[in-house]
This record gives sequence, C-alpha cells and structure tokens, in this order.
Amino acid sequence: MSTHPDQARKFGEGDPHDFLDIDVLLSEEERLLRDTVRQFVGDKILPDVADWFEAGTFPKEMAREMGALGLLGMHLEGYGCAGTSAVAYGLACLELEAGDSGARSFVSVQGSLAMFPIWKFGSEEQKQEWLPRMAAGEVIGCFGLTEPDSGSDPSSMRTTAKREPGGDWILNGSKMWITNGSIADVAVVWARTDEGIRGFIVPTDTPGFSAPVIHKKLSLRASITSELVLDDVRLPESLRLPEVTSMRGPLSCLNEARFGILWGAVGAGRACYEAALEYSKERVQFGTPIASFQLTQRKLVEMMVRVNKGTLLALHLGRMKDEGRLSSAQVSFGKMDNVREALWIAREARSVLGANGITLEYPVIRHMNNLESVYTYEGTNEVHTLVLGQAITGLNAFR
Amino acid sequence: MNIVVCVKQIPDPAEPGALDPNTKTLKRDGKLILDESDSYGVEMALQLADAAGGGEVTLVSMAPNSETSGLRTALAMGAAKSVLVSDPALSGTDALGTAKILAAAIKRVEGADLILTATESSDGYTGTVPEQIAELLGLPSITFAKSIAIDGGTVKVQRQTEAGYDECEAPLPAVVSVTAGVVEPRYPSFKGIMAAKSKPVDEVDCAALGIDPGSVGWAGGGQEIVTVEAAPAREAGEVVEDDGTGFEKIVAFLDNLKVI
Ligand SMILES: Cc1cc2nc3c(=O)[nH]c(=O)nc-3n(C[C@H](O)[C@H](O)[C@H](O)COP(=O)(O)OP(=O)(O)OC[C@H]3O[C@@H](n4cnc5c(N)ncnc54)[C@H](O)[C@@H]3O)c2cc1C
Repeated sequence: MSTHPDQARKFGEGDPHDFLDIDVLLSEEERLLRDTVRQFVGDKILPDVADWFEAGTFPKEMAREMGALGLLGMHLEGYGCAGTSAVAYGLACLELEAGDSGARSFVSVQGSLAMFPIWKFGSEEQKQEWLPRMAAGEVIGCFGLTEPDSGSDPSSMRTTAKREPGGDWILNGSKMWITNGSIADVAVVWARTDEGIRGFIVPTDTPGFSAPVIHKKLSLRASITSELVLDDVRLPESLRLPEVTSMRGPLSCLNEARFGILWGAVGAGRACYEAALEYSKERVQFGTPIASFQLTQRKLVEMMVRVNKGTLLALHLGRMKDEGRLSSAQVSFGKMDNVREALWIAREARSVLGANGITLEYPVIRHMNNLESVYTYEGTNEVHTLVLGQAITGLNAFR
Repeated sequence: MNIVVCVKQIPDPAEPGALDPNTKTLKRDGKLILDESDSYGVEMALQLADAAGGGEVTLVSMAPNSETSGLRTALAMGAAKSVLVSDPALSGTDALGTAKILAAAIKRVEGADLILTATESSDGYTGTVPEQIAELLGLPSITFAKSIAIDGGTVKVQRQTEAGYDECEAPLPAVVSVTAGVVEPRYPSFKGIMAAKSKPVDEVDCAALGIDPGSVGWAGGGQEIVTVEAAPAREAGEVVEDDGTGFEKIVAFLDNLKVI
C-alpha cells in the first residue's frame, strides 16, 4: 500500500538507474560479482573500445585479463572454471555488453560455444587438456557452425568429415562468420559424417586449416570475425567429441550462449539509455535542456521501461535456469524480445543525441550497429519467432 | 607472515552523501562499500604474504549495523578472515575512540607481524588513526608507505615525501600506513567472490573487546562538531595574458600548488 511508512520515494522521485529496485532481488555475492565486472569494463574496456571499434580490432591480450577475473567458462564446474550460477553469468554478460557487444561476444564464444561443448561432450582427456588453459585465457577458442550456404538452417551444412581406414578423420569445407576465428588457437568445428553431425576439436595450426579475416564489417567491429577454411585437415579420433551424435550437440551450445545474450542485450540497451538521459539533461536548446521537452521525455521513459522489463525477464529466466527448469523456447523468448528492445532503445537514444549520436565519442551508435549482429546471430529474430510460434500452436512454420 | 589490514566501510562516494542535521556527521545507514583507499593496503598485504611464501591476511573493521559488504570485497580479493566490531554504542566515535576499538580488535588476531592501514579514510579524512593505533599498541609506526619489504624481523619502507621518499626501517611488529595509488589493487576473482561468503567474520561488540561503551561513541568523544557550513562558492580564476612568458606563469602557478 502506498501509505507504508517506510516508503522512501515521494511523488516525482525515482532512481533512474534502477527504477524497480531490481538490485534487492540479487544476493550480496551476485552484486559484488556484478560490480566487479562493471569496474573491469570501466577500467579496461570503455577507455579504448571506441578506438578498437574504429580500427576493427579486439586486443587478444584481453583474454588473459578476462581469464584472471574468472569470466571465461565462468558457469562451468571444475577444470579451472569458476562454477558460478547462471544468474551470475548473466550479470557478467550484461555488464560486459554495457561496454561493448564485442567483449561480450568474446566471452560468449569462449565460454559457451568453445569450452561448453568440450566440457559437455568431450572425453576426460580432452577436458583436462583444453579447459584449464581456456579458462585462463591462454588458449582462445572459436565455434564453427555457420557456412556460406548454411545459416538459419545449419542442418544443411556441407562441411564433411570422412573416416580413413587408418582411423584418422579428414575434414573439408568452409565456415563463415566465425567470431574469434583468426585469433583462435583451437576451433570447435561441426561437420557431416556418414553417421550424422559430429564435433571436432581442431588446433588451428593443423595443416590445411586457415582462417582469413572478414573485412568491411560495420557492426561488431571490436570483435574479430573470420572464415574458416578446412582443406584436407587430418585429425586423429582423439580430437572428435565422443558424446555428440546429432545436431542437438551444436544447438545445445547455442542455447547456452543465447542465455548470455538475452542478458547482454539489456546491458547494451542500458548503456544507450543512460547516455541519452545524461546527454538530454545537459544539452540546451530553445533555452532549456532537451530533457524538459515532452517528446524527449517520452523517449527516455520508453527506454527506461524497456531496460527494466528486460532486466526482470533476464533475471526470471536466470533463476529458472539455476533451478534447472528453463526450456530452450523460453530462452528464445528472452533472446527475441530483449535484443529487439535493445535495438529499439539504441535507435531512440541515437535520435536524442542528435548529430553527436552518430560519432564514436558517444557509445550509442556503436551499440546500435553492434546490435544488428546480435539481432541476427545465435538464431535470428525471425527464427526465434518461429520457435515460439511452434511452441504455442504446435505447428511448424520453418518450411 | 601474518598481516592485519584495517579497512573502513564507507557510503559509496559515487552516490550523493548526506549529513545528518542532528549529529552533523555523515549519514551511514545506507549501503557501505570498501573504502578505495584501503584497497591498496589489502593489495600490499596480499603481495607481502605471497612474497613471504605463506601467512594470512586478516581484516579488522569497525562499522555500523554488522555491515560486511566491504569486508566481503576484501575477502574476495584474497584476505583469509576478518574481525568486525559493530555496536550501537559506537555511533559518533571520534578518531581516538576508533583507534582504541581497532587496537583492541587487532589484539584478538594472534601472531600479527605487521599492521597496515590507509593514510586516511575517504569519508572522514582525519588522518590520525594509524599513529594512534600504533601508540595504543606500543608499536613503531611508519606513515605514507609507497613500498614495503620484509627483511627478517624488520620492515623496510619507502616513505613518500613531497620531494621523493625516505627509506625507513622498524622492527616487527609495526604499524605502517599505505599511500593511496601505490599499487594496483587486484579485482576480486569470481572464485574469490564465491569463496568469500564462507570466510569467517568474527563479529564482536564493545563488551567482547573489554571496552567501556562510555569511553567511545558520543559519550566518549573528545571533540564536538559545532556547526557544518556549505563549501564556499568557487571564486573566479585569474586570467593571465600570454605575452610570451605564459608558460613560466603556468609553471610557477603549478609549483605554488605543489603539484609539480
Ligand atoms: C558478427 C557475427 C558473428 C557471428 N559469429 C558466429 C560464430 O562464431 N559461429 C557461427 O557458427 N556463426 C556465427 N555467426 C553466424 C550467424 O549465426 C548467422 O548469421 C545466423 O545464423 C543467420 O544466418 P545467415 O546470416 O546465413 O542468414 P539466413 O539464414 O540466410 O537468413 C536471412 C534472413 O532470412 C530469414 N529466414 C531464414 N529462414 C527463415 C524461415 N524459415 N522463416 C522466416 N525467415 C527466415 C532470417 O531470419 C533472415 O532474416 C555470426 C554472425 C555475425 C553477423
């Protein structure tokens, strides 16, 4: 009831940065972890990220710093990984992406797409060999599923792995849009075999493997994206992931990574909202701060409401994941809605900043451009819509 | 090498602070965090324990309402355990009272070879507590350390001065205050954060420390805050026309401020 004596805020007051007091839903440990990542982002990413974006680079050295903090494979148990809750992983993704989607992508790919399949489907020797060094950031991984002619429909992939009489596997084909590809020491590559889809751990110095960088991107520029070329790459059976026998293998990895993205997108949205809020209170036109115009207030309020709703959604899904009852369709709900809302916020914030909104002096257009990739990768907005459509109608609209 | 670090938990400086009009002191009933100026001492202590090849870092803190969130940050950085003094009777305690409490709390830590503090807190700025603790414990005190090394039973300190640094030594145990900014405090690692919640916090009150509540808090205060005034508005700056010697004037100005 509004007559509660403890009611701290009066009419016309509210915390612009945590309007719904979502902080109280986090444990002390979760807040400390969140604050630590926020500080790391403030110290190590924000000061330079505009330059990385402009130059189209992501500094490889960041891997060890992220590893020392515990960011890499943080939600996995054992093998040098921190073993945090899903909510903690989500909070870290949110703070990282409030810095840049590229930094969050690096962590998603390393932890959820490269380490997770080894952790989940690998042999004990494979886990011992790779995971501790990947957790420390000494070894960088990438994940090769998408191909030039196989995007939303990955089961149409053409990359093949053929078993030789001697027992070795020979991989041929090419992968496209692979985050971290050219800076990776190891690639988890998915290929078609006579028995179905299989996963392979490919050290990137294996003869026949190359990873040319994809240039001319205008999105996720502070992240390396590459092609993977596999030309008679010979691998021993010991580098095949023994526990994967179908497309379910790579799809389960994507489900892990999407969970991080549905948090991360809220971070990008929050950064844009905060930039717009701050700017609009400082910028004076017609003799008054632009934040005092009704049209601007509508924008700011819509942004604030979306950031809060997205955070609540992410937290709800995170608690469900920690309780072991989150379905992949529910992850689709979060990925579809939080990313599109973040993109909406970014575009709206961009308009509030006027001409300044198109420069890298402010974070907004960087986030806006990044979010176009986030909208597409890990299942496009349309694909997640169809997942949800099928979930509620029972009818498949994919083909 | 067992090291005690005194750490203060203060209102987050990023949030606007407020004075209590009745007590004329800072309101400290909200969330408190680890004073950044103490994070350097924690880092220094962790490095010294590492260099010595063993030993524990113990935190000592006095805070209202059983506050531990700042302690958890330092425990997550790697400190092993902590002593927390919390007692309603401590509200209003002045610098000397604080030193009495901290000295008594330090005595609870067995086998402390070295006691580190910041040079001053970021919310109170009295800058007197470290030396008072040393006096109360009857230990040597070195202030403004920019680097610390242990050599057998001796602590060797580079003590920052305006012109450079002094080299000082004292027999252990000793109390050393650490200048802010001289080391880069580590981030709490995620493993550290998760381990921190199960690290012991020994919470005590005045009675447990054998301190008469009447000798601390408002009752025991040796000082009274008479009035609190808003800071004066900034005065207009001086405009210097550059007639070719402008740079000299800038250098002289900065020199006068002792910033170069
Ligand atoms: C920056 C970046 C990094 C990436 N990193 C990786 C990585 O590390 N590893 C990796 O394997 N992949 C990666 N990807 C690839 C990404 O996952 C794919 O781009 C994505 O799956 C979409 O595939 P596509 O681009 O081929 O689009 P397409 O599948 O060709 O889709 C084009 C359009 O058609 C729509 N569409 C497709 N099918 C349907 C349908 N049935 N009904 C309705 N609409 C449909 C899509 O929604 C989309 O709008 C990355 C992509 C980007 C941009």
